[in-house]
Amino acid sequence: MVDIKNPVESCEVIEAKDLLVKVLEKKKEGLRLSQICAAYTDGKYELSYSFENEENFDFVTLRVYLELEEEIPSVSEILPHAVFYENEMKELYGVNIKMINLDFENKLYRIKTKTPLLPPEERKRIEDARKSIAEAEGGIKEED
Amino acid sequence: MSSIMKFAPIALKNFFSKPVTVKYPAEPIIYPEGSRGHVVIDSEQCISCGMCQRVCPTGAITVDREAKTWTINRFDCLACAYCVLKCPKKCLEIKEGYQAPGKTKYSETCTKEPEEKIEPEEKKEEN
Amino acid sequence: MGKRSIIPYGPQHPVLPEPIHLDLVVEDERIIEAIPSIGFVHRGLESLITKKDYNAMVYVVERTCGICSFMHGMTYCEGIEQIMNIEVPGRAMYLRTIWGEMSRIHSHLLWLGLLADGYGFESLFYQTWRIREKVLDIFEATTGGRVIFSVNKVGGCIRDMNQDKLNMILRELDDIEKKVKEIQKTFLFDYSVQSRLKGIGILTKEQVHDLSCVGPFARASGLDMDMRYLGKDAYKDLEFHAITSNDGDCYARCEVRVREIFQSIDLIREAIGKIPDGEIDAPVKGLPNGETFMRVEQPRGEAIYYIKTSGKAFVDRLRIRTPTFANLPGLCETLKGANLADVGLLVLSIDPCISCTER
Repeated sequence: MVDIKNPVESCEVIEAKDLLVKVLEKKKEGLRLSQICAAYTDGKYELSYSFENEENFDFVTLRVYLELEEEIPSVSEILPHAVFYENEMKELYGVNIKMINLDFENKLYRIKTKTPLLPPEERKRIEDARKSIAEAEGGIKEED
Repeated sequence: MSSIMKFAPIALKNFFSKPVTVKYPAEPIIYPEGSRGHVVIDSEQCISCGMCQRVCPTGAITVDREAKTWTINRFDCLACAYCVLKCPKKCLEIKEGYQAPGKTKYSETCTKEPEEKIEPEEKKEEN
Repeated sequence: MGKRSIIPYGPQHPVLPEPIHLDLVVEDERIIEAIPSIGFVHRGLESLITKKDYNAMVYVVERTCGICSFMHGMTYCEGIEQIMNIEVPGRAMYLRTIWGEMSRIHSHLLWLGLLADGYGFESLFYQTWRIREKVLDIFEATTGGRVIFSVNKVGGCIRDMNQDKLNMILRELDDIEKKVKEIQKTFLFDYSVQSRLKGIGILTKEQVHDLSCVGPFARASGLDMDMRYLGKDAYKDLEFHAITSNDGDCYARCEVRVREIFQSIDLIREAIGKIPDGEIDAPVKGLPNGETFMRVEQPRGEAIYYIKTSGKAFVDRLRIRTPTFANLPGLCETLKGANLADVGLLVLSIDPCISCTER
């Protein structure tokens, strides 16, 4: 008979500033990165970083709740193959990830609409906010 | 371990036997029973509830309640048989035989015969 | 030290089954680095959840890929069933296992044909796909379609197979097994095939762990990881051990997949002998509310579905992590230090299904 494994699935909620430390802990325990995905509910992003154990198939998820314009650092220095997942999150949802190792700059899937999976009113709000920040920075430079 | 010309027996056997392919369309294709090709309706039982129109994944079916017609766009239909599963009166059926290719897309309409008069059923084809 | 140049590879190339682009940094015919670029067949299937309710999404998810389409529909249905706590009857679980293992035989036969075409042996490619036609005839007789089956629904299966059809499957499988035994002599023991496949694209077990590779690509380097060990569906009653190899080169990946075909034929025979009688679907009441991660072993590796619902008829978020998406970093690692003439075989050895990757 097949020796069936009974894995334990768990989900842990952490803050955005603890992300790099927790990911390094999971890597040192010997887990492998399974997937990173993003979702949008009620005006916030929910990011899920999933790790898997190769011996007994345990599945651990780290959950981060982010505001729409909040910055989050990239884990691609610790886990180099996470670049594809992070570029996809940035292109489809507009999550503000800084310092990715290999940044495709919204050309991974080359979609015509920007951030297609956000609802249209949120998309417009983020674009207006980013435009006003860019204009304010341009105004300060001219004054100097 | 490795040696040369392992494929030679198969190649020689195929050289002396007849081809495997079917000369379609000169020879007809025999579809197995239960193959999903196109959808047909039994208009007598249809009550024009519009359930098939709501569940069709591509939107190929249109139902008109007042005129009691059922129209299907044959070129959009995927033959997934979801409408057959959901019809409350079980008047839809899936049969074998795929849609032949053509130069323009067209729809087929089936009308339910009215209850007072007895006249043959009409089938219109609109280009 | 020679001069470096950049050579573009793809998206149109005779060896590739689906479009992918690679930028190869080359120095004197040895590759230093490879940067992949995808996005040629992106259809945006994940954004269709706002338009179709959770029952009609089965038909959309099935069409993510043409080769592994049955397993995609099965994973989605199992995910929704886990959220709603529906108990699928025993006969439906065995039917899903039988169709799933036949889908695995079909996928591996298709890959073997493409590999033969990749190193120029076209007659072997035709003979392998001739065997695959028999499998497609079995699918059409039992499910109604050759490539897209549409037999899964939330709660069970739509069609049943009576004892005549099961006996027909057993007869055809004997014939298929005899023909694959003839073909495998050429794939594994012919001198010219071995000299092209042995010793290229080696990955060690530590590299496979660091890059998170899945499927037969990882099992050929010695990693014993297969989602059929979780014991879902009928696998808890069947005798199963994952097939691994220790070499880690292209020849080992070919050997693992050939042996998996024979293992799948044995699993189907055992399942047909043990299939119970009874119903094939369970009634579904109410709407789903909750979230889940569902993991299933598809022919190319492990697929993870993330489904998030909140009590409405429409799903909130559906995220499909396909096995080829996880193997892309492994591909870039095997390309370092390879010859330019071997790039086609190395790209084929991960079994690329780019339409799954981009959805």
